[in-house]
Amino acid sequence: MKKLSLLMLVFGAITMLAGCEPLTIFNPKGPNAETLSNTIILSIITMAFILLVVYTLLAFMLTKYRASKAAADYEPPHEEGSHLLEIIWTVIPIIIVAFLAVVTVRTTSTVEARPDGYDNQEPLVIYASSSNWKWHFSYPEQGIETVNYVNLPVDRAIEFKLYSFGPITSFWIPQLAGQKYAMSDMVTTIHLAADEVGSFMGRNSNFNGRGFAEMEFEAQSMTQQDFDKWVMDVKTHEKPLTEEKFNELLTAEHVGRSSYSSTHLEFRPAPMEHSEHMNMNHTEDSTDSETETHSH
Amino acid sequence: MKIDASLPLEYSTEENQLKIFGFWIFLGAEIVLFATLFTVYFTLHNRIGNGPSGAEIFELTPVLWETFLLLTSSFTIGLGIHAMRIGHKKAMMTFFAITLLLGLGFLAIEIDEFVTYVHEGATIQTSAFLSALMTLLGTHGAHVTFGLFWGIAIVIQVAKRGLNPQTANKAFIFSLYWHFLDVVWIFIFSFVYLKGLIS
Amino acid sequence: MNAKELFHPMQEPMILAAAISIIVGAVVVVAGLTYFKKWGYFYKNWLSTVDHKKIGIMYIAVALVMLFRGGVDALLMRAQTAVPDNGLLDAQHYNEIFTTHGLLMILFMAMPFVIGLMNIVIPLQIGARDVAFPRLNAVSFWLFAAGAGLLNLSFIIGGSPDAGWTAYFPLASIEFSPTVGNNYYSLALQLSGIGTLMTGVNFITTIIKMRAPGMTLMKMPMFTWSVLITNVIIVFAFPVLTVALALMMLDRQFGTKFFAMQDGGMDMLWANLFWVWGHPEVYIVILPAFGIFSEIIATFARKNLYGYKSMVMSMVVISLLSFIVWAHHFYTMGHGVMVNSVFSITTMAIAVPTGVKIFNWLLTMRHGKIQFTTPMLYALGFIPIFTIGGVTGVMLAMASADYQYHNTMFLVAHFHYVLIPGTVFGVLAGYHYWWPKMFGFRLNEKLGKTAFWFIAISFNVTFFPLFILGLDGYARRMYTYSASTGYGPLNMLSFIGGLGLAVGFILLVYNIYYSWKHMPRNEQADIWDGRTLEWATHSPVPEYNFAIVPTVTRLDEYWFAKKEGRDITAGTFEKIHMPNNTGTPFWMSGFFFLAAFFAVFSQWIPAIISMLGVFGFMLHRSFEKDHGRYISVEEVAATEKKLRGDK
Repeated sequence: MKKLSLLMLVFGAITMLAGCEPLTIFNPKGPNAETLSNTIILSIITMAFILLVVYTLLAFMLTKYRASKAAADYEPPHEEGSHLLEIIWTVIPIIIVAFLAVVTVRTTSTVEARPDGYDNQEPLVIYASSSNWKWHFSYPEQGIETVNYVNLPVDRAIEFKLYSFGPITSFWIPQLAGQKYAMSDMVTTIHLAADEVGSFMGRNSNFNGRGFAEMEFEAQSMTQQDFDKWVMDVKTHEKPLTEEKFNELLTAEHVGRSSYSSTHLEFRPAPMEHSEHMNMNHTEDSTDSETETHSH
Repeated sequence: MKIDASLPLEYSTEENQLKIFGFWIFLGAEIVLFATLFTVYFTLHNRIGNGPSGAEIFELTPVLWETFLLLTSSFTIGLGIHAMRIGHKKAMMTFFAITLLLGLGFLAIEIDEFVTYVHEGATIQTSAFLSALMTLLGTHGAHVTFGLFWGIAIVIQVAKRGLNPQTANKAFIFSLYWHFLDVVWIFIFSFVYLKGLIS
Repeated sequence: MNAKELFHPMQEPMILAAAISIIVGAVVVVAGLTYFKKWGYFYKNWLSTVDHKKIGIMYIAVALVMLFRGGVDALLMRAQTAVPDNGLLDAQHYNEIFTTHGLLMILFMAMPFVIGLMNIVIPLQIGARDVAFPRLNAVSFWLFAAGAGLLNLSFIIGGSPDAGWTAYFPLASIEFSPTVGNNYYSLALQLSGIGTLMTGVNFITTIIKMRAPGMTLMKMPMFTWSVLITNVIIVFAFPVLTVALALMMLDRQFGTKFFAMQDGGMDMLWANLFWVWGHPEVYIVILPAFGIFSEIIATFARKNLYGYKSMVMSMVVISLLSFIVWAHHFYTMGHGVMVNSVFSITTMAIAVPTGVKIFNWLLTMRHGKIQFTTPMLYALGFIPIFTIGGVTGVMLAMASADYQYHNTMFLVAHFHYVLIPGTVFGVLAGYHYWWPKMFGFRLNEKLGKTAFWFIAISFNVTFFPLFILGLDGYARRMYTYSASTGYGPLNMLSFIGGLGLAVGFILLVYNIYYSWKHMPRNEQADIWDGRTLEWATHSPVPEYNFAIVPTVTRLDEYWFAKKEGRDITAGTFEKIHMPNNTGTPFWMSGFFFLAAFFAVFSQWIPAIISMLGVFGFMLHRSFEKDHGRYISVEEVAATEKKLRGDK
C-alpha cells in the first residue's frame, strides 16, 4: 500500500499539469471508488512498462537500421524468426495478463459487494430510477422520495437499486463508485459508502437522447444526525407523492429538485431483480415500504 | 471453357467448382443467420407477456404434415440429382417438379398455420415470444418461397437447354439450398414445436 | 408525413448549405459528363465494370468522400465542445452528427477502404486474373454504394439517425426516436451489409481456390492471409447484423416486441446482438491493416517478415477471440462478477497475439535497411500510437476499472487510438504503397510526408486530451458542458488538433491532384523493389493481370526470382478468358436502393414494386447466357509489347 501511495503521489504530480485538482477518478471519497482508483493506477503503471519496452525497441531499430546509415551495398539477411524470442514475447504478456486478470477478478468482486468494514451493518437501500432526463430517488425504509438530488449518511453502507422508466441510463457518482446501467426490465445494484461529508457530482453517463447532457444530480453525504434531521424535515414538511403527481413527473422532460413524504414504489413497484444480484439479506418487497423506518 | 469429363457435369468446369464452393460458404453464412434467429427465439420464448405460450397455440398435426412434406421433398430432390448424374433428363425434371409441389404444400400448411394463429389473437405484435417465433418461421418460409421460384427457373432452363455443365451446376446448387432448408426445419420442428408442446 | 416534416432537416442553415453543395456538386458532375460526352465512357468503363481493379478504385473513391463527410461531422463536434456552453449546434443536431460520424467512419469509410484495397491487390498477390465471382463483386460494390447513398440522403430528407451508432434500444425504438432517422439506419446498413457479406463469400472462394500454382497456404503473402481471415470473420459476423437490423426494422415499423419495454421485450438483446457483430467488425477493419503493415515493413526494411508462422497464428487466434469478447462493451449491465471476469480475461487475452505481431514487426526491421517512404512512415507511426490504443484497451478490459471508464471520453480516446493508427494509417499506407500499381505514377513523396506528419501529430493533439478528460469524469456524447467543470481548455486543445487533422487530410487529397499534374508517368512496374506477385506485372495493370500466370515455389517468390535473375512472367501466351461487363449489378442495386428508400417511409407498395424489379434482374441473370469472352493471343502479345516497350 505504501508503494501505491507513492505512485499516487507521482501520478498526482502528473495530473497537476492538467489542472489543480486531481482528476475526478483519482480523487475518491469512498471505498468502492478508491479500489477502482488504485486498480487504474496499477494498470497504468503496468502499461507504462509495456510502452517503454516497445518504444525503446522501436527507437533502437529506427536509429540503428536506417538505410542512410547502412553501407550502399549492404543487403539485409534472410531471417525466419526465433523460437526463443517468440516464446519470450508470448509468455511474458501471458504473465502480465494473468496478473491483471487476478487483479480484475478480485477488485470486481470487491466493488460488487458491500464495502469492506461494513460487513456487519445493514445497508441503507435507495432506489434510483430514471425517466426522460431526471432521476428519482426512493428511500423505502424512510418512506421518502426525492428528485434530482440524493442525500446519504457518511460511513454507512449504501445500496443503490437501479432501474429506468425508458431508455437505458447509467448511474454514476465517479467519486463514490463506478457506474452501472439502469434498465426498464430489471434492477441492478451498486454498493458504496462515503468516507467524508461533501457534495459530489452524479450523472447519467449513458446517452439517452436530447436532454442527456443536462442529466446530472447532486449526491450529498452528511453525518447520520444531519441525515436523520433531513429525513424528518421531508417527512413533516413535504406532501406525499401521489400517483397522479408521479405520472406528471415521468412525462416531464427536465424538472428541478423536489422531495416527497412517500415513494412511488407503493403504486409503481420496481421491476424484477436480476437473479445474479439477488441479495438474500434483503427480502423487502418494494410494496411493503409502508413499514416503519428501521432505526440504526 | 475447359470441360473435365472425368468429373460429374456440375463439377466439370472450373467456374462450376468455384460456384459450388462459394455456395457452401454462403450456406455457412445462412447457418449463422438461422443460428442467430434461434438464439433470439430461445432468449425470448418464455417472454409471453399477455399473449399465449407455445404450448397453448402449437398443434402437432399440421406440423407433422409440414415435416413429412419437407423431408420427402429433400428425398425427391436427392433422387432428382441422382437422375441428373446418370443423364436422365426427364426423370430429373419429374423429381424436381415433385419436390417443388411438396414445397408448395409445405408452404400452404404454414400459411394456414399463421392464419390460425392470427385468428386466435396471436399476432407478431402480441408478445416478444410471438415476434421471435413468427420471424424465425417467416424467415424459413420466405426461403422456401424463394426456393420455389428459383426451382421453377431451373426446371424451365433444363427443359429448354437440356443437361449441360451450366444447368447441372445450377440444379446441384439448388439441391444444396433445398437440403439446407430441410435441416433448418428439423431444428425448428424439434426445438420449437416439440419442445414447446412438451413444456 | 407532409413535405414540411420531410424536409425539416433543411431548416437548419448548416444542413441546408450542405444539401445545396451536394446538389450543386451532383449537377456539376452530370453537366460535366454531358458536356464532355463522357456518359458512354463512364457507363462502359466504370458503372458496368466487373474488373476487380476498377471496382477497388471505386470503393476507395467513395471511402475518401465519406472520410470527408464523416470528418466534417467530427470537426463540428469538436467545434461545438471546444468551449463550454457553446451554441453552435443544438442537442438534436449534435446527436445526429455523432451518430452519423460513427456510422460513416466505420461502415462507409473504413470498410470500403479496406475492401477497395483487397479488391485491387488480392487477385494480383495470388496471381489470379480476377476474383472468383466478378459479377457478384460488382453487386457487392453497388449494394454498398446504395447503402452509403441512402444513409447520406437521411441528412437531407427526413432526418438522420440520432440514437448513436450503437442505436441501443429502447432509445432507438419508435417511442423514443420517432423520426425516420433510425429507419434509414436499419435499411442503409442492411443494404451495404448484404454487399459486404457477398464480398466475404467472394474473397474466401478466390483465395482458397484461385491461387497461382505452387502457392500453398503457408506461401501466401501476409496481406492475403489477413484478408482471408477477415473474410471468414465477415461471413460469420455479418449475418448477425442482418438479423439484428431486420428485428430493428420489425420493431420500429411493424410493431413487433423484440426490444420493447412491454409484452416481454428485452432491450439488452439488441446490445448483445449488436456487439456480437460489432466486436468482430473491429477486427474486420483492423486485420487487413495488419496485413498491409506486414507487407510495407518487409518491403522498406528490405527483409522478409520476421516470424511468418507466428504472424499467421496470431491472426487466427485474434479472429477466434474476437467472437467471445462482445460483453466487454457492457460490463455495466450488471451480469455479475463471474460473467464479467470471463469476458475480461478473453478480452485481455487478445493483447497476447497482438503483442506477438508488434514484436515481429519490430524484429523484421532488425538488420534491415529502412527507407522512410510515405507508406513506411504510416507503418512506423502506427506502432507507437497503436500500442497506446492497445494498452488502454487492456485497461478497459478490466471489468472493475471499466465501471469508471465506461461511457467516458477515455473510451472514445481509446478506440480512436486503435482505429486511426490501426485502420486509417493502414489503409493510407496501402493507398500510397499501391497507388503506382493502380495508376502508373507515384504520389508526390514530399506532400505525402507532410500530410503524414500533420495527421500523426494532430491526431495525438486531438485525442490524447480525451484520455485525461475521461479520467476527469467527462461523459461521451454530451453536446455541451458548463464552464465550472473545467473541461474547457483540454477540449479547446482537442479542437485545435482536429483542425490540424483536417489540414493533413486536405493535403492528402490535394496530393492526388498535384501528382496527377506533375508526377512522371510510366514508372517501372516494380517501383518499391517489392517482394510479392503484384509487383511482377505492369503498372497500371492490364485487364487480365498476368499474361503468364506465375508459378510459385516459396514465400516472397518474386523477390528471390529477382535476386536469382529468373523471370517468373516468361512463357508463351495463351488466349485468356475474361468475364463480360454488365450493367445488371448497377441497375439491380438501383432498385434495391429504391425499395429501401420507400421502406424508410413505410411506403410498402412502391417498395414491393421496387423489390420485384430486383427479383426481375435476378431472374434475368438466371436465364442469361453469358460465358464471357476470350482475349486472343495476338491481343495479349500486343498489349504486353506496348506495356513492356513503354518502360
